[in-house]
Amino acid sequence: MDARLVISPQPLLRRVMTHPRLTATIHGWLLLLPAMALLALFTHWPAVATFIDSFYSTPRPRRPSRFVGLDNYQQILADPVFWQSLWNNLLFALGTIPVSIALALLMAVWVNDRIVGRTAVRMAYFTPTVLPMIAVANIWLFFYTPQYGLLEQITALFGAEPRNWLGSKDTALFAVTLVAIWKEAGFFMIFYLAALQSISPSLAEAAALEGASRWTFFRRVQFPLLMPTTLFVLVNAVINAFRMVDHIVVMTRGGPDNATSLLLFYIYQVGFNFWDTTYAAALTTVLLVLLALVALLQYGWLERRIHYR
Amino acid sequence: MDRRQFLAGTAALAGGALARPALAQGATEVSFFYPIAVGGPITKLIDAYAADFEKENPSIRIKPIYAGTYQETIVKALTAHKAGTPPVTSVLLSTDMFTLIDEDAIVPFDDFVKTEDDKKWLQSFFPGFMLNSQTGGKTWGAPFQRSTVVLYWNKELFKEAGLDPEKPPQTWDEQVAFAEKLTKRDASGNVTQWGIQIPSSGFPYWLFQGLATQAGAILANPEGTQTFYDKPEVIEALQYWVDLSRKHKVHPPGIVEWGTTPKDFFERKVAMMWTTTGNLTNVRNNAKFPFGVAMLPAGKRRGSPTGGGNFYISKKASPAEQQAAFQFIKWITTPERAAQWSIDTGYVAVRPDAYDTPAMKKYVGEFPQAAVARDQLEFAVAELSTHENQRVTKALNDGLQAALTGAKQPAQAMKDAQAEAERILKPYR
Repeated sequence: MDARLVISPQPLLRRVMTHPRLTATIHGWLLLLPAMALLALFTHWPAVATFIDSFYSTPRPRRPSRFVGLDNYQQILADPVFWQSLWNNLLFALGTIPVSIALALLMAVWVNDRIVGRTAVRMAYFTPTVLPMIAVANIWLFFYTPQYGLLEQITALFGAEPRNWLGSKDTALFAVTLVAIWKEAGFFMIFYLAALQSISPSLAEAAALEGASRWTFFRRVQFPLLMPTTLFVLVNAVINAFRMVDHIVVMTRGGPDNATSLLLFYIYQVGFNFWDTTYAAALTTVLLVLLALVALLQYGWLERRIHYR
Repeated sequence: MDRRQFLAGTAALAGGALARPALAQGATEVSFFYPIAVGGPITKLIDAYAADFEKENPSIRIKPIYAGTYQETIVKALTAHKAGTPPVTSVLLSTDMFTLIDEDAIVPFDDFVKTEDDKKWLQSFFPGFMLNSQTGGKTWGAPFQRSTVVLYWNKELFKEAGLDPEKPPQTWDEQVAFAEKLTKRDASGNVTQWGIQIPSSGFPYWLFQGLATQAGAILANPEGTQTFYDKPEVIEALQYWVDLSRKHKVHPPGIVEWGTTPKDFFERKVAMMWTTTGNLTNVRNNAKFPFGVAMLPAGKRRGSPTGGGNFYISKKASPAEQQAAFQFIKWITTPERAAQWSIDTGYVAVRPDAYDTPAMKKYVGEFPQAAVARDQLEFAVAELSTHENQRVTKALNDGLQAALTGAKQPAQAMKDAQAEAERILKPYR
């Protein structure tokens, strides 16, 4: 709203409304207020409450909650399932993040060119993102089914040994990682595609005049210009690596023997299957700290190396 | 339609709408959470039951609310309990009894059993189902959708393998011998058809309890404060399971998915499977070949755990609501309704006299497989249930999966599981 258009009889209000800096500040805060209120109510307060809860014992009707200090955190240190879940989660992150980003970039560069059926290919790449994860997981469950599953039928053509992808400790984590990559790559591709299209065509023309090869153009021009997008995608990929557990619930429920238990899945289990709410709060705090550290690293260190136009 | 007609119609409509609440004035509303764990139009059936009950009891309104899987239903019921507005009654796993008692969320049925008729009702259930419904001399749950584990076999594949298609295996040894004949390999040695499948994803403890019972073991004490995971009989049972795939090579290696096992059976990829009686209607509708249903084979004895859901009454509901819920539960578990529920779903009818009703007699006459689960109840044991049930059960699940995937030897796996269960249960003794 333009302050000059407001006609107010009260001198004080008029003074406020006509004071440009003050008006802007008030407007700013008023615009922020709804979002702030929601954030505070549903994000900040729960986070603080979780942190506080983690220092108490879980209330039971016969044994009310009491302050236990760092007991819950000591329990985490001694909990083998936590360490296994953390390790699984690191492997899951290492598996999903680089591969899905690389794949997204590759797909984006590919469908950015003028190829036949470009729209169809773009849509095909993006479809996994649109599907709900639960549905996707149920489909993949049948892909991985031993004997007559799609994957088995294909590998059998090449004479490979039959495998029980989700039922073996060696392959289960790999199998659920693959689903996540398939689900994510298309989503990230959209961001790369948007960024690629905002790169001026004159750069490509200049490169062509200079006789630069396709690879040099990508490495020296496109890729550096895409760096802000890469950072954004990277942040998202990291968060997703710790957030995506829907398919675990459907496909393996953390099994076999915790081989696919990821941190958030384990937190859900402790909180809503075991009803040990304060231990779940402590685990959540650990996860939050972990994510905060990663985010700091990304913004603090990576951002300085990125060229913004 | 002229204007007067229209007005009259509107008045009639309004009158009808007004009359309903007027009739229901002073009606007690009973909210009711239920899960769905098997195929079929369960929601319709439950709504029909509620409507029929309301017709006979105009002063009570039943509000059935579908709440997801068993797991989701207990999460919702307990969250609502903690928030202060729980459903008056819910159907939850019978094994959640200790958890619900520890959360102080339910009241025992004994408080409502007053007349002779009530007492007779409480005595009417199969004793096998009451094992998971009573503790400390009180009844906390009323059996409703209950099941056991049974063996399904493909009669066609039995014939192909030179076995008598009408004779399922009776003992552990026969089970292995039959399975060996039923396992087929192609030229390169890859298996095209397995002899037997015992699912081990998600909740392997339930099917394992069948094996353990047959080996003569008991997994936990009735008070739910102590487990016996590392007893020699338990290890023997696990060794038998592991040997099916490792030694005899008649069972797929690794973890066998619970959800796809019936499909494997329909696709003739496996000749015998262990699964719940709750799948009976599913198998009947989808198997394109004659199949049989049998009691689980005997080790030292026969045995199977029971499973499935009980009715519970919430502690935080008002006395009038609790009484109304009790009335509804009594109504829905009469012999005729228990029989109908069993026919519609495949669950075991929860009381013996349900099998004497005309409807059930006709059904069993046409489809004798339906009686197997009932006959097996004689050998049924309480499903594993302890304080902190899910955590104590997870210790066993992890141990079983570790052994089945070859990560640990059975003895070591069960020793670790027992140590973990001990740690959790110590404060409850």
